[in-house]
Amino acid sequence: MKDAITVRNLKKEFKAYSSRSGLKGAFRDLLTRNYKIVPAVNDISFNVKQGEMVGYIGENGAGKSTTIKMLTGILTPTSGEVTVNGMNPHRDREKFVSTIGVVFGQRSQLWWDIAVQESFRLLKKVYKVSDEQFESHMAHVIKTLGLEPLLDKPVRKLSLGQRMRCELAAALIHNPPLLFLDEPTIGLDVLVKLKIREFLKEINEKYNTTILLTTHDLTEIEALCERVVMLDDGKIIYDGALKSLKEKWGEGKEIEFQFLEEVEITDLNSITASSEVKWEKNDKEPIYTAIVEDNDELISLLIAKVVADLKVKDINIKETSTEEIIRNIYDRGIS
Amino acid sequence: MDKYLEMIRIRFLMMLAYRTNYYTGILIYSINIGAYYFLWSAIYGEKDAIEGMSVIHMSTYVAIAWMARAFYFNNIDREMAAEIKEGKVAVELIRPYNYLGMKTMQGLGEGIFRLFFFSVPGMVIVSFIFPLQFSADAATWLLFVLSIVLSFFINIQINLLTGITTFFLFNNTGLIRAKRVVIDLFSGLLIPISFFPTWAQDVLKFLPFQGISYVPSMIFTNSFSNNEAVQAIILQGIWVLILIIPIQILWIIAKKQLIIQGG
Ligand SMILES: Nc1ncnc2c1ncn2[C@@H]1O[C@H](COP(=O)(O)OP(=O)(O)OP(=O)(O)O)[C@@H](O)[C@H]1O
Ligand SMILES: [Mg+2]
Repeated sequence: MKDAITVRNLKKEFKAYSSRSGLKGAFRDLLTRNYKIVPAVNDISFNVKQGEMVGYIGENGAGKSTTIKMLTGILTPTSGEVTVNGMNPHRDREKFVSTIGVVFGQRSQLWWDIAVQESFRLLKKVYKVSDEQFESHMAHVIKTLGLEPLLDKPVRKLSLGQRMRCELAAALIHNPPLLFLDEPTIGLDVLVKLKIREFLKEINEKYNTTILLTTHDLTEIEALCERVVMLDDGKIIYDGALKSLKEKWGEGKEIEFQFLEEVEITDLNSITASSEVKWEKNDKEPIYTAIVEDNDELISLLIAKVVADLKVKDINIKETSTEEIIRNIYDRGIS
Repeated sequence: MDKYLEMIRIRFLMMLAYRTNYYTGILIYSINIGAYYFLWSAIYGEKDAIEGMSVIHMSTYVAIAWMARAFYFNNIDREMAAEIKEGKVAVELIRPYNYLGMKTMQGLGEGIFRLFFFSVPGMVIVSFIFPLQFSADAATWLLFVLSIVLSFFINIQINLLTGITTFFLFNNTGLIRAKRVVIDLFSGLLIPISFFPTWAQDVLKFLPFQGISYVPSMIFTNSFSNNEAVQAIILQGIWVLILIIPIQILWIIAKKQLIIQGG
């Protein structure tokens, strides 16, 4: 199947102006301004197939939004090639944008002063959607997202969650084959998040819609995306299945022990000397955590050894969460 | 084309939502017209005519110039500046339409709204208060309508041009304000161009501003012969075409080096 998105050696540099200090500095700034060139997106390449749902993640300022702006034709790349839906987004902008849907979480695209349905009506004309298409497709979207009671309200009177649901519907009016979502669930409650998640899954299945999603909510990525692309400082540091990210960087299982008696780390180390274990003591509570490879035999052996020697109050086996893995990667880098 | 017409409708609806603003607007415009009427009456004193215009010509000129202004005037340049500064252009650029075309249509929607809810009722009110003279000649009205439509386009093109400069200057509030004063003065809104010193008239002939207010007002007051009117309208049309060039050039450059503010 043909790729929805192809990105080759894409780069975007910004000029970051710095102001000189003091009055004298301000006058000098009038004549020449200091700036340095900061690469926001630094030589990235990736492909996305039609129908894929890809999580695009990275720390604040990693360059996610900048990438999306280039992919949607808003910004011109400094260098590199972008092909989306078989077109060059910036050059063919007017034709290109009717084949995509975009939601910017922090930015409304509905008209503030008019009723939601008027915005929809205008967008329907803008995207040249036929009446039948609009009826069949939008009726469903409106129903699934529960928008009926909001339609006749002006956008400025909606709550954030209500507005975001309308924004999503607005991005889907022309049923685009490709959807860009830049933090679409920022600031939303759990129920609305869940609703949006279900909805995205549904349209992906129904229409084979490609979705590129950025978010800082990793449960969302887990629920929706099999593949993640991780960006750090403008560079891709991981591109692959979310599962293998977990397998590769998930640091095995963690087994938490609480004991009835006073225990020292050295005791624990000597008890389990024969197996590969790392013990950590919690700073606040008397909880000791054994970090071991994710292997059932090893884990039961370890527990048997500990229980044989010490009186145990509580045991808890945990898997390293995606959040922890990602946090570790942000902290220490990928290697 | 459908989408552009729809945009006019939406803008009309938006204006309707805030229509109470306009009733105060009518009052302000009427006061302006009144002030200029008394000013000109004082200037005319005992004289029958100045520069070929009688006092009744002049009051009609003042009234129509202000009421026409309600139609062609808009704040699209300020709106563009705000959209660019807040990074809202990003949203405009992901729509399959021409941003400048849409802005023009929004201006037109606003103009049509003001024409019906402002200029026409305003003109009726003003004609009761001050002695005005309306032409009975259908040709005059036709030429006037043509001319006022063109003056809308010249004005909005200058607005677009001013708006686009936000991409380059970032803070252009001063420029926008200066533009407004320049247009009010050089378009003949405050003083008919024929009252300017000859050298100034010669300079203004080479600028687009008189196409905004002077030409339609002179046509309305029958101060131009039909021949002169047609010539003036053709010149307006030429300016509309000429102004497309700098707009397109600046727009292409702006899009290339566009930086969207905010994440
Ligand atoms: N208009 C601009 N001018 C200068 N630098 C910019 C501009 N926009 C973004 N940057 C810089 O580019 C880098 C990437 O920004 P970007 O908005 O793409 O980050 P992000 O990954 O979306 O972050 P977040 O998770 O906070 O939304 C940042 O370091 C930012 O400072
Ligand atoms: Mg961002």
